[in-house]
Amino acid sequence: MHVAQYIERRDFFRRTAAGLGAIALNRLLAQDSAADPLLVRRPHAKARAKSVIFLFMSGAPSQLDLLDPKPLMRKYHGEPMPQSMIKDLKDDLIRGSARVMASPREFQRYGKSGLEFSELLPNLGTCADKLCVIRSFRTDNANHTPAQFLMNTGSILAGRPSIGSWVLYGLGSECRDLPGYVVMLSTSQGKGVCGGAANWSNGFMPSHFRGVSFRNQGDAVLHLSNPEGVSAEMQRGRLDLIRGLNGERARITGDSEIASRVAAYELAFRMQTAAPDLLDFSRESAKTLEMYGIGKEPTHTFGSNCLLARRMVERGVRFVQMYHSSWDDHNDLHKNLNRHCAITDQPAAALIHDLERRGLLDSTLVIWGGEFGRTPMFEVRRGNTPGKEGRDHHSEAFSMMMAGAGVRGGQTLGRTDDFGYHVVDQPYHVHDLQATILHQLGLDHTRLTYPFQGRQYRLTDVHGNVIVPALA
Amino acid sequence: MSIVPSNSQIRASRLILLTLSARSFLGADFARDVLPVFEKRCHACHGPAVQSSGLRLDGPEAVTKGGYSGPVVTPGNPAQSRLYRLIAGLDPKLAMPPAGPRLTPTQIAAVKEWIVSGAAWTAAARTKQSAKPAHWSFVAPRRPEAPQVRKTGWLRSPIDAFVLRKLEDRGIEPSPEADPATLVRRLHLDLIGLPPGAGVVERYLADRDPNRYENLVEELLRSPHFGEKWARSWLDLSRYADTEGNESDFPRPYAWRYRHWLIDAFNRDMPFDEFTMRQIAGDLIPGATVEHRAGLGFFRNTLSNREGGADIEAERVEQVVDRTNSVGLAWLGLTVGCTRCHNHKYDPISQRDYYQLYAFFNNADEVNLDAPLPGESGDWLRRRPEYEKKRAELLGPVAAGIARLQQTWEDKVRWAADNPGKDHVWDRQLELLGLQWEQGYGGGQLEGVSVLYLPRDDRTKRQRDHMQEMFLGRGSVVDPETWKRLGLAEVSKKLVALNKEYPPMTQAPSIVERAHRRRDNFIHLRGDFRSRGVAVEENTPSALPPLPSDTKRNRLALAQWLLAAENPLTARVVVNRVWQDLFGRGIVATPDDFGTQGARPSHPELLDWLAMDFREGRWGFKRLLRTVVRSSAYRQASARRMELDTADPTNSLLARQARFRISAESVRDAALFVSGLLNPAIGGPSVLPPQPAGVTSESLYADWVESTGPDRYRRGLYTKMQRTAPYPQLLAFDAPDPNLMCARRERSNSPLQALTLLNDPVFVEAARALARRVLIESPPVTSARLDLAFRLCFARPPSVGEIDRTSSYLERETARLAGLPASAAALAPAYIDGIKNSVGAAWSMLASGLMNTDEFFTRE
Repeated sequence: MHVAQYIERRDFFRRTAAGLGAIALNRLLAQDSAADPLLVRRPHAKARAKSVIFLFMSGAPSQLDLLDPKPLMRKYHGEPMPQSMIKDLKDDLIRGSARVMASPREFQRYGKSGLEFSELLPNLGTCADKLCVIRSFRTDNANHTPAQFLMNTGSILAGRPSIGSWVLYGLGSECRDLPGYVVMLSTSQGKGVCGGAANWSNGFMPSHFRGVSFRNQGDAVLHLSNPEGVSAEMQRGRLDLIRGLNGERARITGDSEIASRVAAYELAFRMQTAAPDLLDFSRESAKTLEMYGIGKEPTHTFGSNCLLARRMVERGVRFVQMYHSSWDDHNDLHKNLNRHCAITDQPAAALIHDLERRGLLDSTLVIWGGEFGRTPMFEVRRGNTPGKEGRDHHSEAFSMMMAGAGVRGGQTLGRTDDFGYHVVDQPYHVHDLQATILHQLGLDHTRLTYPFQGRQYRLTDVHGNVIVPALA
Repeated sequence: MSIVPSNSQIRASRLILLTLSARSFLGADFARDVLPVFEKRCHACHGPAVQSSGLRLDGPEAVTKGGYSGPVVTPGNPAQSRLYRLIAGLDPKLAMPPAGPRLTPTQIAAVKEWIVSGAAWTAAARTKQSAKPAHWSFVAPRRPEAPQVRKTGWLRSPIDAFVLRKLEDRGIEPSPEADPATLVRRLHLDLIGLPPGAGVVERYLADRDPNRYENLVEELLRSPHFGEKWARSWLDLSRYADTEGNESDFPRPYAWRYRHWLIDAFNRDMPFDEFTMRQIAGDLIPGATVEHRAGLGFFRNTLSNREGGADIEAERVEQVVDRTNSVGLAWLGLTVGCTRCHNHKYDPISQRDYYQLYAFFNNADEVNLDAPLPGESGDWLRRRPEYEKKRAELLGPVAAGIARLQQTWEDKVRWAADNPGKDHVWDRQLELLGLQWEQGYGGGQLEGVSVLYLPRDDRTKRQRDHMQEMFLGRGSVVDPETWKRLGLAEVSKKLVALNKEYPPMTQAPSIVERAHRRRDNFIHLRGDFRSRGVAVEENTPSALPPLPSDTKRNRLALAQWLLAAENPLTARVVVNRVWQDLFGRGIVATPDDFGTQGARPSHPELLDWLAMDFREGRWGFKRLLRTVVRSSAYRQASARRMELDTADPTNSLLARQARFRISAESVRDAALFVSGLLNPAIGGPSVLPPQPAGVTSESLYADWVESTGPDRYRRGLYTKMQRTAPYPQLLAFDAPDPNLMCARRERSNSPLQALTLLNDPVFVEAARALARRVLIESPPVTSARLDLAFRLCFARPPSVGEIDRTSSYLERETARLAGLPASAAALAPAYIDGIKNSVGAAWSMLASGLMNTDEFFTRE
């Protein structure tokens, strides 16, 4: 288990527990053993990143139409796929009709580095020199739920702590009035996330490591606003009453847990004030709002989430994960991709530029990608009309992007074959990405362990290597 | 490195050739040339201490037996010997040794030569196994004598002697007995999971019977809420939820039948041996009824996957693995799951042991049984003829056609099952039958395929009907033209609609041992079922006492073995979990790991005494609880003693009771109970209390249709658990992730808990209801009202300081609210004659404040 170094504990308690009976409080603090689990801890090594923003493109974007151009496929469009490539294919539905589906998208080189992006990502193209595009990821399962669990929790089985929980467990939270690990959801078609909340679960860790979902309807955080009729003063009055009664009980029982309880209530109260401030864009310039596409469709929701992500990072939130659902285009791929990209491309690019402009990109790691890729073949299911086909799931090769916090931008890593079916150079696995994210945060993925049911668990299980070439 | 070999490389390889031929000529000496290589480079992983992949290279069985993938040496034939191929680097996937430099060409040649010449093990006897004493938990308990103590007046039960002796040895006094009101509240929360009702404490205090404590214990053990409290820990162990998990997370509308069975079993005080046999082998008990078999619902809380493209065998294997691990955790307290892929790193459990245990469950098929609750079947049967008539009217005109086509369809699907990969159309039909059987009704994974192999007459009516429905829903490929001509698509649609009108009677999810087409058992190399290792049979772990040789090796024998007197684990593991519930921490602090990496027992003799007493007391569960809660150790005060903070910071010596937050479910229950809102109904289907809009839509397909009426106020235990979007209040208070088995819940403390209790409409409503209750039930004076409110929430009157704080709070808030009529109207409880809104609203705020204090949701 890693050595957790608690710092600023005393300071924290001094700030938060004021109001307890002074004598009881001093005695509690003098012998306190119930430390705040979210206090900042020193990492294993020097950290490049303080925060992570993971733009998770749920449902699996088509790498062949976005990031991994395959001009040669045009020659074979509509022809059967080479048998040698698909002989191990399991889903007979697809094998029966495995014809090549070339991408109709034009690719263009961007920036000094000349990185290639498709016409669907003109804005992310402008970030080329900051982005490292890795075209050679593979994963272990071609169904959404297990593959999303693998990406977000390190295991294809539900129930493990998610990557944000691991990071909070390893580093604590620098933010004293917002949750350290926030999840935001958005959608192109009204669908949620496969596997749902298990993707940001604390698994077998205590619930304070859980991802807190910032919601688009109602309160941003569940039960954040006071009940109807309760003003801020009344809430403060209620909290003072609770604190007073807790203080009386602490004197009788001597239980230091009561001090932690008081601290949690004070943090809840601060969240109630801090969250509306976080959500208040009125002091952002018109230019900034425009850059993120806020106030117009189709970018408003995703753009607002991207801007929120930046504002959270500014306030010290450790791990922000955005889930955009769903890129799962078995049908009508071309039309749907237009829509997903119209929604996400501009805000995602704005986020990177904005972070850089404010000097935050140096300490913020930005990740973009989904749980796997899509096939180079048409998927023709019953009811599909010509021209409206899609691509099926593909776990053998897919692309992801990273930027910021020590990532060497302006480069492409890894190579797939001429059909984008298999990785032929520099293969990487999802566990390698996880090891790299932790590494940039100063955490050694082999030493960040948590004991559960007799075993020391790791995010990366027994796998994973840091993707060294991606780093400056 | 350059592609063209350098001169020195060429010279080196010539040298190797020379050496090789010289060796061949001279012959290798096993003891001199081969065994030292094994010792130096192989024994770390394949020796006396560790046998990776089941292989040990320190005795003749290296040759005769080999490892999990079979023999590794074929005498006379190095090319067919896995041992040689791996050390020589001939296998592209794997080379041995896996770390450090490769073996030298000389060493490789010596091994090769040894194999060529017959692989005789000519060296002296194998390395001796180190004689470490067995781990404590692997030695069966004996009933220890209660130790001598000085302060004999403290002893109420043999338990106390064990606790007191340790304290006396260290010169520590036990804590005084908790005050009676605290004891009453503690007993209520511990035994039934609810705080004491109004007047209970007062009656207790007024009771002059010297046995009032014992009488209260009996009363609580008889309460129908007792089963609700104790069922929960078994739901945790079995990873209970009301949905299937995975992407579509379909409902399991009858999962609750197992919960119902648990509540009933605890309330009837089913002896633990019977409880175990029904949960592990209910179908194999002679004369088993549905009530025996409903206990097997324990195994039906594994996840299911109905996603197209899911590998149905992989999903099934995952379920068997989960079942194996559940038994390991719930009864043996061991982390057997580690050995799925490799021998246990720390405990004497091998991968072979694992698949022998796995074999007990590998031929159990999922099945749903008609399991009506009392009073249910009459009504169901009355409506049945109507349904049958409508079904016959619908199907009658095309019955002959359907029968003929369905016969062909079933034959072809069976053919596909026996000839996988031959025809993808029929492979798909098989897959759909396996994945989608009773989809939305919680049908078993692969249940459809098992039914397919049942002769028609052996199928139940429900199975016959549903097979026909599966065929009508998906079987058009059998003959598309006739299908169209008979209009079967339309018939199928109408049939689905008809079935919705007449839901099935309550089903019990269960498993049943298959009689035919039994699956082989073998070691899954590296945990992958596609990599077959050597064959194994049902057996128990070799480090534990053997099964009796004369019994048939099935789940019933396994259950009896768990309960046998020689079994060192089961009774200890169970009493330890009970102790954990009653003292906040187990005698073994790691209830999920009794292995060598787990915690040592703080009171080993006490643990053994309890285990023996449990077994010899005919496994009586209520008897066990009675024994513990009557003890002086249990009745101690829980207040912290500063002088012990350094001597015993974790209170493992039990010089006081523990003070801890109650469970997620109890937090809800307590708020509803004290406010008078709780609907005390016992058992039955899950309910959907209000939760904020949008929570469920974070997952892919789930939907949350709020219950209406009294179902909104059921205990937390009955809240529907949707795996992909669990109920937020339960999650915030550390209800376990329903995808994992859990023997010990976390107790965290977070701002989200505070926000929930302060602002969640469920708790706001409870606060208003409590205010109303106080204003109605108490004499109309503030001091009397405060007295009642404190008694309801904390089972005690307020202190002087608390009266000061609360009455001045009330005055302030009443004055404030008098100027805020809208706030007052929103917060005041429903109209009470003569009470102004501002007063009512201030009381609502105070009630909420009380329900947010640490003491409210803490068991002291």
